[in-house]
Amino acid sequence: MACFLVPGTEAIVTTIVTKAVEKKEKENKKEGQESVKESGIKLSTKLGWLNNMLWGGSALLAFEHVWHGEVIPSFPFLTAVREGDAAGMLHEMGTAGVCMAVLVTLTWAGMVWVSSSIEKRKSEQAGADSGEMNA
Amino acid sequence: MTLLITVFAAIIATLIWYKNAPDNSMRYGTLCLMYWGASLMWLVDAVFEYAELGAEYFVPAGEDMLNDAFLGFCVVALGMIIWLVILFVKDPQGIIKKTLSGNKA
Repeated sequence: MACFLVPGTEAIVTTIVTKAVEKKEKENKKEGQESVKESGIKLSTKLGWLNNMLWGGSALLAFEHVWHGEVIPSFPFLTAVREGDAAGMLHEMGTAGVCMAVLVTLTWAGMVWVSSSIEKRKSEQAGADSGEMNA
Repeated sequence: MTLLITVFAAIIATLIWYKNAPDNSMRYGTLCLMYWGASLMWLVDAVFEYAELGAEYFVPAGEDMLNDAFLGFCVVALGMIIWLVILFVKDPQGIIKKTLSGNKA
C-alpha cells in the first residue's frame, strides 16, 4: 500500500543528519581537531551507506507500488486513501514499513560494527608494531 | 520472484564492487547498497506475505510469476539508471566535465 514511505521518511532524516555531520567534520578538519576515529572511515561516509540503502530501497519499492497501481499520479496519490482504506494503509505502514526500516538500520549497524572492529584491530596492530620497533 | 532477481542483482553488484575495491571511482558501492536495501525491504514484504498465505506463497500462479519476473528486471534496470544518473552527476573521474570542455573548445 505505502510501506515504502516509512524507510523513505527515515532516509530524509538520515540525509539531514549526514549533512550536519559532514559540516561538523569539515569544521573540525579546518580547526585541525581531527580525532582518532576520523582518521579511519568517516562517520558521514558510514551514514552514507545507510542513506544509499534507504533511498535506493524506497525508490525501487515505490516503483513496485506504481507497477501494482497502489501509487497513482493524481491526488491523493495513494489508491488506499482514494478507496477509503487509510486505516489499512496505516496498519501496513506500522507493521511492514517499520520492520523494513528497522531491518535496513540493523543491517547498517552490523556493517558499521564490522568496519569499526576492523579499524580498531588495525590501529591496535599498528600500535603493537610501533611498540616493537621502539623496544 | 522480484526479491530473487533483486538479490541476484545485489550479489553481482557486490562482486563487481569487491573486484574493484578500494577504487570506488565508478561508485559500484552505491549500486550494491541500493539493491541490498531493496532486497531487505522485499524480504520483509515476503515474510509478511508468507505469514498470511503460508506454504501457498511458494507456489505462485504462472501468470503472477511472469509478472513478478518482469517487474524484477524492470527494477534492476531502474536501479542501474539511478546509479548512472548519480555517476554522471558526481562525475568522480571528471569525464563529463572533460567532454563538455572539449566540445566548447
